[in-house]
Amino acid sequence: MLYIVMQIVLVVLVVSQLIALVRLWRGPTLPDRIVAMDLIAVLTVGTIITTTAGTGQRGLLDAASLIALVGFMGTLAYAWFWLKWRPG
Amino acid sequence: MIVLEWITALLLLIGALFSFLAAVGVLRFPDTLLRMQSSSKASTLGVACLIAGTALQFPEVSVIIRLGALASFMMLTAPLTAHIVARVTLHRRTPLWEGTILNEHEPSECAPGPGAPSDDPSPR
Repeated sequence: MLYIVMQIVLVVLVVSQLIALVRLWRGPTLPDRIVAMDLIAVLTVGTIITTTAGTGQRGLLDAASLIALVGFMGTLAYAWFWLKWRPG
Repeated sequence: MIVLEWITALLLLIGALFSFLAAVGVLRFPDTLLRMQSSSKASTLGVACLIAGTALQFPEVSVIIRLGALASFMMLTAPLTAHIVARVTLHRRTPLWEGTILNEHEPSECAPGPGAPSDDPSPR
């Protein structure tokens, strides 16, 4: 039963990631793209955790922690770049 | 343990629903600040529900400690990210939604609306 629920939840999360990817593609300004990248990183963590719950693979949690760290640092670096960048 | 399995399934579905709502908000909202608000809050709640549902399935100390550390890290960094992105957005004068009624960072660039302080100088 949990495996079927995991499949449903994974489909919903991947659809959410595709929606965030549409915002990443269309975003009129750079902060929109930063927000979309942050949301994609968070949803990736959710996808890995759902896979852990469905299959029982405990080693995937390290990958989830790593992606959470890299997503946070990447968002900070991207925002800092957008703050310091001057055109021309 | 069938009860724990049902609770896990319910928490996973709730987390997926909130994550989906976060993505829809990021797509549909008209402004960077509104999108950031949707992304930070709803996705934090969704991932917290997913983590809680997963933690009920593993009666082991190491897995629960990792999941707790991950949940606390997400809950600590999501408001920080939202704050930094909001500050950068206001500092770089990213165009806001035309229905914004209060912009305390740049009061002159705010469109006059029903709640604007320039329209109603009397204290309420």
